[in-house]
Amino acid sequence: MEEANKKVAVFRREHFNAAHRIFNPAWDDVKNEEVFGKCANPHYHGHNYELVVKVTGVPDPETGYVMDMKVLSRITKEEVLERFDHRNLNLDTVYFKELNPTAEHIAMVIYGLLRAKIDPALELQVRLYETERNYVEYPA
Amino acid sequence: MVYLTRVEHFNAAHKLYNPGWSRERNEEVFGKCANENWHGHNYELYVTIKGEPDPDTGFLFDANRLSGIIREHVIEKLDHKNLNIEVDFLQGKMCSTENLVVGIWQQLAPHIPSRVWLHGIKLYETPRIFVEYFGE
Repeated sequence: MEEANKKVAVFRREHFNAAHRIFNPAWDDVKNEEVFGKCANPHYHGHNYELVVKVTGVPDPETGYVMDMKVLSRITKEEVLERFDHRNLNLDTVYFKELNPTAEHIAMVIYGLLRAKIDPALELQVRLYETERNYVEYPA
Repeated sequence: MVYLTRVEHFNAAHKLYNPGWSRERNEEVFGKCANENWHGHNYELYVTIKGEPDPDTGFLFDANRLSGIIREHVIEKLDHKNLNIEVDFLQGKMCSTENLVVGIWQQLAPHIPSRVWLHGIKLYETPRIFVEYFGE
């Protein structure tokens, strides 16, 4: 059958709400304010993050699935939402002690967490919306 | 009577935490929203005014001027702020979306021009949760 080797992308959308602050600890307050503006606010601000996880592969001939979406949902909840939802990304997670929690870096961290739990034969990409108008994708 | 709505948005941190209660009680009532290190939202704010269109302009009110009023008196105070710590009109109040919408009404009402009326404010905390207030 010609469909046998065709790749299909499947997507799962999740969301989490978190506080963060963008700043470089090597810089003084003036320089941080100059570069990051109000995002550097020492008292934090926050977002409703929307996460779209894309998994690409050939549908399994027996199930017709690229990946069971229930499993993808469970992995995303366990690996990402339980760590990030209703948290302060700078203070409450281990990932952004040294790394600035920009949308770029958050997407890269999420990719790493999910990549470790998803079949290496499947391609993975994450898209992260910080606001409705700003989003990033990794890998690019 | 015509209704005109202007949509604005702001991003802020907050927590739901009653300082008069124990941490256990706060977690029991507010769950993960009580996280002491805050969490945050993209808030969407819908401000609706009402009145009769001006015969000379056809406008109820200049939507850009309405935007300017909302930005000056509300967004400037809330955007990229910590609602519990940095907002004067929320001091001493619980930072629920309900209290926030009432506070926003009180900030805006004095600055709405005399020939139009503030009709209602709708505030989305997430795409799935919103509150409305009509000044009652």
